[in-house]
Amino acid sequence: MVTNLEKVDVVTVGVGWTGGIIAAECAKAGLKVVGLERGRERGTEDFAIVHDEYRYAVRYELMQDVSKETVTFRNNRQQKALPMRQLGSFLLGEGLGGSGTHWNGHTWRFLPYDFQIKTLTDEKYGADKLAPEYTLQDWGITYDELEPYFDKFEKTAGISGEDINPFWGKRSNPFPTPPMKKTPILKKFETAATNLGYTPFMLPSANLSEAYVNPDGASINACQYCGFCERFGCEYGAKTSPEITVVPTARETGNYEITFNANVVEVVKEGDRVTGVRYFDTVTFEEFFQPAEVVVLTSYIMNNAKLLMVSNIGEMYNPDTGQGTLGRNYCYQILPGASGFFEEKMNTFMGAGSLGMTIDDFNGDSFDHGDLDFIHGASLSMTQTGIRPILTNPVPPDTPSWGAEFKKASIENFNKTLSIGGQGASMPHRENYMALDSTYKDIYGVPLLQLTYNFTDQDRALHKFLTEKSAEIMKEMGAKTVVAGSPISDYDIVPYQTTHNTGGTVMGADPATSVVNNYLQHWDAENLFVVGAGNFAHNGGYNPTGTVGALAYRCAEGIINYSKNGGSLV
Amino acid sequence: MTKEDKNYSRRDFLKTSGIATGALIGGGIIGGLIGANVGNDNASTPPGSTAGEPGEGGAGGVRGLMFFKNDAEFQILAQATERIFPEDDLGPGAIGLAVPYFIDQQLAGAYGENSREYMQAPFLEGQKTQGYQSRLKRNEMFRQGLQIMQQEAQDRFQTDFVDLEGEQMDEILTAFQEEEITMKGVSALFFFRLLRAATLEGAYADPIYSGNQNMEGWKMKGYPGHQLSYLNQIDSEEFVEIEPKSLGTQH
Repeated sequence: MVTNLEKVDVVTVGVGWTGGIIAAECAKAGLKVVGLERGRERGTEDFAIVHDEYRYAVRYELMQDVSKETVTFRNNRQQKALPMRQLGSFLLGEGLGGSGTHWNGHTWRFLPYDFQIKTLTDEKYGADKLAPEYTLQDWGITYDELEPYFDKFEKTAGISGEDINPFWGKRSNPFPTPPMKKTPILKKFETAATNLGYTPFMLPSANLSEAYVNPDGASINACQYCGFCERFGCEYGAKTSPEITVVPTARETGNYEITFNANVVEVVKEGDRVTGVRYFDTVTFEEFFQPAEVVVLTSYIMNNAKLLMVSNIGEMYNPDTGQGTLGRNYCYQILPGASGFFEEKMNTFMGAGSLGMTIDDFNGDSFDHGDLDFIHGASLSMTQTGIRPILTNPVPPDTPSWGAEFKKASIENFNKTLSIGGQGASMPHRENYMALDSTYKDIYGVPLLQLTYNFTDQDRALHKFLTEKSAEIMKEMGAKTVVAGSPISDYDIVPYQTTHNTGGTVMGADPATSVVNNYLQHWDAENLFVVGAGNFAHNGGYNPTGTVGALAYRCAEGIINYSKNGGSLV
Repeated sequence: MTKEDKNYSRRDFLKTSGIATGALIGGGIIGGLIGANVGNDNASTPPGSTAGEPGEGGAGGVRGLMFFKNDAEFQILAQATERIFPEDDLGPGAIGLAVPYFIDQQLAGAYGENSREYMQAPFLEGQKTQGYQSRLKRNEMFRQGLQIMQQEAQDRFQTDFVDLEGEQMDEILTAFQEEEITMKGVSALFFFRLLRAATLEGAYADPIYSGNQNMEGWKMKGYPGHQLSYLNQIDSEEFVEIEPKSLGTQH
């Protein structure tokens, strides 16, 4: 039996950054908003004993409980997809704030090149720069159109940074707060990168350099450099997160309520409109229907795509024909890099998730790709995030992985090792996509999302080139031993890589190649919006959250306009 | 080095390092004494009853087993973890850090029971890139793995695993790592990686989890544990030595 609830103006599925931003903007505009969050309420008060590597970083305290729901995976269509039985390659979030609670806080704007990647690549290198299997396309929006929304997200989040990078897009305003401290470790990188002719700059950070009150009146504190960001919540309220900014902003209006333990299993569509969502109370398994004028999918990219698929909204992507859009252009992130073993001990255990310096000299189209067999590139960063002893056991090559030699080497090098890491762009490929699994189900009986993904020749070439560049910088930094990242072959879902999954519900100007328009409004149902990194037509050379935040602000504006005027926003 | 020497030197280290003074986080010296029982008559030592002096440690010096019911099995675990993370001139090994107790407790709880893993059928063999596809829970893998270690010791050396020389234990552990050994329902390599990871977790997790005894793991590694802030030290050009702190000190 399904209990029908009272109709609201807007319902969001999931309450992280995107759900929080939509809620804050719509509630401020007077719309009644309900957020359905399948996890539980949590906030700064829950993080007093968060400095616990084992509970949070190893056993994934803040992450999705995959005993209830996971995804299935295979490298290619010839394989049988099998469930990801434990978290590995990426860490799905759950609970108030979602991944915005346990992120590191790197807050980038994708490059102007990213949004028009197809047009600009074709213009400069010809239409056959990449093979036709690469389903490269423009995003249906330009950097300049998105700039005001980047600005808005950065002001909400109080981002700390400096505008000296010659390769990124023009900014209408300076960063809201100055950059974080330039530590001795970062200076090492700065000197080496400068010596090599590059332009290092402080990484835009959501771990704030100073206390800040955002335009909504929410306070964010100053970072203490305690070294526990990624996979942890911040006990100081100093890492900008939804639960200390947009969520309280939305609640203060009196127009916003969050229902916890509410796992949405279907978006109900009648004709060319959606009417609301059906969900289970995860505690009692009671079923509810929440009617709404506007439905906004604001969960992680995989769940957003899955909900559309199980609800039969939109046309599923078919890799045989290339037709259909839902599940198409799934991308990941390519991670080139190099480690260096130094003679001297450094304070590597101190840090913050976004404490770092970066170069963009090999990102986007900052450099000529005429003689290279790939496009795009990566931001290369030296970050000082704070290493911890269980998961950080650096040993020089040819050291055994256990026993006396291992112990000695891993202890000796613990505070003497630095790494340069790249956030490498990932280009869409015809064979990389999301669908529904035909065998495995979640605990509500709904099919799991199925991922078909492997690295491509483009990825391998990009990885090799950027890894060499990383190793050169590490050598210049004075490491006694430089170890370049191993070449990538097949994608493996077991080791942690990055939670920067993108695509599947791509935005664009053409319904034949996109799921939503550039207000993230669904082409097949004008009162349905789908928000997140799933909207990315490819993945860029940066962490995604800054661009996700900007898209969410634009979507919120679209929803408010739609609520007044109706119809298509484009 | 013979095993008797090894055990003697471990006791010696414990005395000189002050671990046996009772000023411990989360319970007693017994982790450091496990090795001393090895090779003696285990039958006279009921599981977990080898407690330290009353009043020692946060739990009154009492330590016991939560998952293992058979002390012989527990001793195999202890010796295997010690080979992975041995005592040396830097400091204690897995036994001295109470890693076996840490693992025992973890196996009895959510970790051992795979409470947060997707455990729905069908269980099919997949590609290496698809990861863990076993129907076995972690605690079942451990129990089977330890039994096989004992069996291998008998087959190869006609003696108990715990009575082997270090190099002989290493030979068996390497056989797991290189998948020369067949396990039921899980690959020997997968189990070996699990054992290795659990050993490091026990060596370096906050002592509130009963390993990393007296924060000796952190002290060896130059890791200060739970510190409120590095705001005033992050600019330092010099390496800053900081006395480690456990979360347990907050309660």
